[in-house]
Amino acid sequence: MKSKFGIKEVVAIGIGTALFVALTEIQIPTPIPNTYLQPRMAIMAFLAAVFGPLVGGLVGLLGHALGDAMFYGSVWWSWVVPEAVVGVVVGLCAAKYAVKEGGFSNTKTIVLFNVMQVIANAAAWILVAPVLDIVIYAEPANKVFVQGIFAFLGNIIIIGILGTLLCVGYSKIGAKSSSLSKED
Amino acid sequence: MAKILSYEEKDTWIHRLSGVTKLIFFLLWCVVSMMTYDTRILVLMVAFSLIVFKISKTKWKQVGSVFKVVMVFLVFNVVAIFLFSPEQGASIYGTRTVLFHIAGPYDMTAEQLFYELNVVIKYFTIIPTVFMFLVTTNPSEFAASMNKVGISYNVGYAISIALRYIPDVQGEFTKIKHAQEARGIEMSGKASMLNRIKSTSSIIFPLIFSSMDRIDTVSNAMELRGFGKHKKRTWYMAKKLQRNDYLTIAFTVIFAIVALVFTFADGSRFYNPFL
Repeated sequence: MKSKFGIKEVVAIGIGTALFVALTEIQIPTPIPNTYLQPRMAIMAFLAAVFGPLVGGLVGLLGHALGDAMFYGSVWWSWVVPEAVVGVVVGLCAAKYAVKEGGFSNTKTIVLFNVMQVIANAAAWILVAPVLDIVIYAEPANKVFVQGIFAFLGNIIIIGILGTLLCVGYSKIGAKSSSLSKED
Repeated sequence: MAKILSYEEKDTWIHRLSGVTKLIFFLLWCVVSMMTYDTRILVLMVAFSLIVFKISKTKWKQVGSVFKVVMVFLVFNVVAIFLFSPEQGASIYGTRTVLFHIAGPYDMTAEQLFYELNVVIKYFTIIPTVFMFLVTTNPSEFAASMNKVGISYNVGYAISIALRYIPDVQGEFTKIKHAQEARGIEMSGKASMLNRIKSTSSIIFPLIFSSMDRIDTVSNAMELRGFGKHKKRTWYMAKKLQRNDYLTIAFTVIFAIVALVFTFADGSRFYNPFL
């Protein structure tokens, strides 16, 4: 687990947050009404996988708060916090993914990444978000759990597809000498 | 890209306040608005945020388009609460006054209407302050002031970079999108979900890779200039907290405490007019 906070992390949080905010309004509708896939989630998962839990968590926290404020004019804190939870949990195994070193290509890391992201999303959207909604906003329990489950499904789909592809793709071009293969 | 809320230079006393003061005000305001369901406090807060909004001389055209989006969300949320839980109000306030019957299990009760009215007011306590905060706070000054009150300048810098690069990233996104559309990639609603993911990723891939390059470039440049070498740094845009800042912070803290004490004085966060 990387815990250092250097220049690269500062810049990654900054530009990662900018990316997250800029992609806030890019949403892919699903067949389920009023549920959207959010590519910004995949970006956050990717950044968490590359730079670790601190960057992932802060990009989620700042990005969600700023993005909500700038595009929707209000900040729904009970959904900002779970976003950070996803970033932190996905980032926990950053060292194992070794995205930058070209390690994110075998099935094992891809499975690990996806297991982590499912755990992260489950914790965030089925546990943290609805509980905060009930505690903070006194919203009806069944409504917030249904919303949470849809958010959970949407996010595991988009991170599973787009997030994984981003990691694999970046790992390939970022790889050092190991990317050379013998031509036959 | 849709227009987003951004800083606009004007000369009012709210603009002259330090960014940190406005952040403290905004966060405490959010906390109070989240905690209390006391309608009297909420109405007072709405009135106050509207006054602040007025003083900040924010024009409707700066915030109008965003406001419409919020309203759509608001209506959707209110309807969803009713559909999922028409008895929420009755269970909170402990009485059940049926106004009229709708269909099946759905009765319109006075308690439910009152509860949802509170939800709506809660939105309106926050919206004007978000607008005010975003359009009156200069991003560079904000980062500098955060450091001045003791927050690590790394954090201030990260936020400052984020605010600085949002328009750049948006511009790049639009450029890549146009290029991909010129190559015949379907981005409108006509494509199926999987195709939409595919075409979105054809934009996001180049965007991510160029952003990763940007992270490298910017961090190299900062490293070359010795960023992070010393514990302190000086700021061009820094503002000392002035008398008005202290007054605002003091007012906010006192208001928050009074509001919360008043709310919880009767042991419940709800104001119950039905008893």
